[in-house]
Amino acid sequence: MKQANLKKLNDAYANKFGFAMPENSVLSFDFGLSKEIIENISSSKNEPMWMREFRQKSLQIFKKMKMPNWGPNLAEIDFEKIRYFIKDTDVEKKSWQEVPKEIKDTFDRLGVPQAERDFLAGVKAQYNSEVAYSSLQAELDEQGVIFCSMEEALQKHSDLFKEYFSKLIPPADNKFAALNSTAWSGGSFVYIPPNTHVKRPLQSYFRINAVRMGQFERTLIIADEGSSANYVEGCTAPVYSEYSLHAAVVEVFVKKNARFRYTTIQNWSGNIYNLVTKRAKVFKDGVMEWIDGNLGAKTTMKYPSCYLAEEGAYGEMLSIAYAKNNQIQDTGAKMLHLAKNTSSKIIAKSVSLAGGQSNYRGLVYIAKNASNCKSKVECDALILDKNSATCTYPDMKISGENAIVEHEASVSEIEEEKLFYLMSRGLNKTEAMTLLVAGFIEPIVKELPLEYAVELNRLIELEMEGSVG
Amino acid sequence: MFKIKNVQISLNKKNILDKIDLSIKKGETHILMGQNGAGKSTLAQSIMGNPNYSVKGEIIFAKQNLLNLNPQQRAKLGIFLSFQQILEIPGVKVYDYLKLLYKTSHEKKLTPLKFKEFLKERMAILNFNEELLKRSLNHGFSGGEKKKMEVLQMLVLEPKLIILDEIDSGLDIDAIQAVANAVNFLKQDKNVSVLLITHYSRILNFLNIDRVHILSKGQIIKTGSANLIKRIEEKGFANFLKA
Repeated sequence: MKQANLKKLNDAYANKFGFAMPENSVLSFDFGLSKEIIENISSSKNEPMWMREFRQKSLQIFKKMKMPNWGPNLAEIDFEKIRYFIKDTDVEKKSWQEVPKEIKDTFDRLGVPQAERDFLAGVKAQYNSEVAYSSLQAELDEQGVIFCSMEEALQKHSDLFKEYFSKLIPPADNKFAALNSTAWSGGSFVYIPPNTHVKRPLQSYFRINAVRMGQFERTLIIADEGSSANYVEGCTAPVYSEYSLHAAVVEVFVKKNARFRYTTIQNWSGNIYNLVTKRAKVFKDGVMEWIDGNLGAKTTMKYPSCYLAEEGAYGEMLSIAYAKNNQIQDTGAKMLHLAKNTSSKIIAKSVSLAGGQSNYRGLVYIAKNASNCKSKVECDALILDKNSATCTYPDMKISGENAIVEHEASVSEIEEEKLFYLMSRGLNKTEAMTLLVAGFIEPIVKELPLEYAVELNRLIELEMEGSVG
Repeated sequence: MFKIKNVQISLNKKNILDKIDLSIKKGETHILMGQNGAGKSTLAQSIMGNPNYSVKGEIIFAKQNLLNLNPQQRAKLGIFLSFQQILEIPGVKVYDYLKLLYKTSHEKKLTPLKFKEFLKERMAILNFNEELLKRSLNHGFSGGEKKKMEVLQMLVLEPKLIILDEIDSGLDIDAIQAVANAVNFLKQDKNVSVLLITHYSRILNFLNIDRVHILSKGQIIKTGSANLIKRIEEKGFANFLKA
């Protein structure tokens, strides 16, 4: 976020602070999933018949599908105790007093403005960011770029929407994709016209006035031929939600010669299961880059993938997982080489401390007809204490001819020698550890937008303060 | 006043140094010489508080027994050790690191602009250019650059007692002179005490030496004036020890 924009944004909050939301009539939906609840969602959004049918069909698929029989334990999730559709007006009822103390403290120390805190803590469903957002919107309109909520896109750009929606991640892909397909609400729709280059990052953060960060967000992005853009979602400040499940779906289409970068920083509060399906399809000579940072949540399962569908396509994944206090970060990437001369790179770094566990789980698949493909996988895990753990589950299925596949994995601890070296220069143990952790993740952090990089380093500093004995 | 009293040092229960006595007055420069394996680095690391060594006796600085303090506390008292084995810290920018060192060692705050000036002045002593500040700490540095980087940290910390462990090994004559200039800069400016461990006399040409100590087989066997160095140079260690 540019400094000037931030200022404007904050001024806007100040003006609007205390602004009363119009009294909407509250539709009350019961807990659990049923045909009626899903139909209610469709009706409240005034959806076309095909979407209503899609949701109902997805519901049946969801009910039939089994939970994953691998990975972290998800037995605690009770689908009957989840509210699948929450009106903004419901959220408004929650009070600041209910927000856990540690979240408030972190806001204080990160210096998050009050209006943003309300939003991040789920106290307010929306805030006004029109000042900052409208200048970007004008720029985008001029270029013919569409950047709006999924609900708006379904109404206003229905043909485009229908052409791509769920084409990459069908409901039957996995149980949580099915859940999202039936109950989705909110998320971003992006269309970049051919040969259009969007200079400023598209930040979902900027348009959260339009749509609340929901538990079943759905994002659909189409970068048409020869275009380029960056999309940034999430924020480093902790996001508090009383709802325990976040199951998002993200589909990205990167057409011929297009270039797209999708950056995510997520710091959900410690009660959340964050189970996200992200997939990109990359066409001839297209470039897709995922940058993914996972800090919070109770359990994260996320393996962004690239389907390298045509010759010359390139997929890249850079990720940081940070697991502490019994968190499980089960993350990785999947690169599927489906055409010849495609290449991919995965760099996954994880830090585990205070009883946290980070796993790398990944797949490199090179199809039989995909010759001359290259893939490089690098996993580096840093463990800060004996209570923490890390595992690596790399899977390689290589059938194509002349494939060059590299895999490197390392597990390291903070070396006592380095600690002594830094402490002998007057740093205390926490400062020394923080420096070493920051150095370890720097290759990924330097790829983040500057303000995210700065905030992330600051956040890790704060996190380390309480965790290093 | 820095004072080592009847110190015994062991590593994994194996005795390395015994009955070490040494004292350095404020502003004095002492040289510690000895053959490889004599225990010079062991002594230096133990003064700084390397947890691998177990130390008995007393090491006094600023009226405190260092043996009761951790390495950070020793550094805060104003003790600095340049390492012989210099560790690489990838991903940590030299500028950010030096800023942190300055912050932890100085009460007076500097504006970013003033701090940059402060750094530039000290980097100039070592013929470092600004490019250095963007690099990762010691990562991919040449042997000579690493040594000079140690000295730059010393110049930022502005310690009161400097222990330099073979800082001159592997340096060309220009770099040796630069390092000596840095030591003299702090001696003039801050009246620091220096304990210099070395095998070579070249750096000694640029410094005023008060005392020379010879360490052999875990003990200080001789202490004298700068003349000692000449005699060692003429005879070699083995003969000197026999005599």
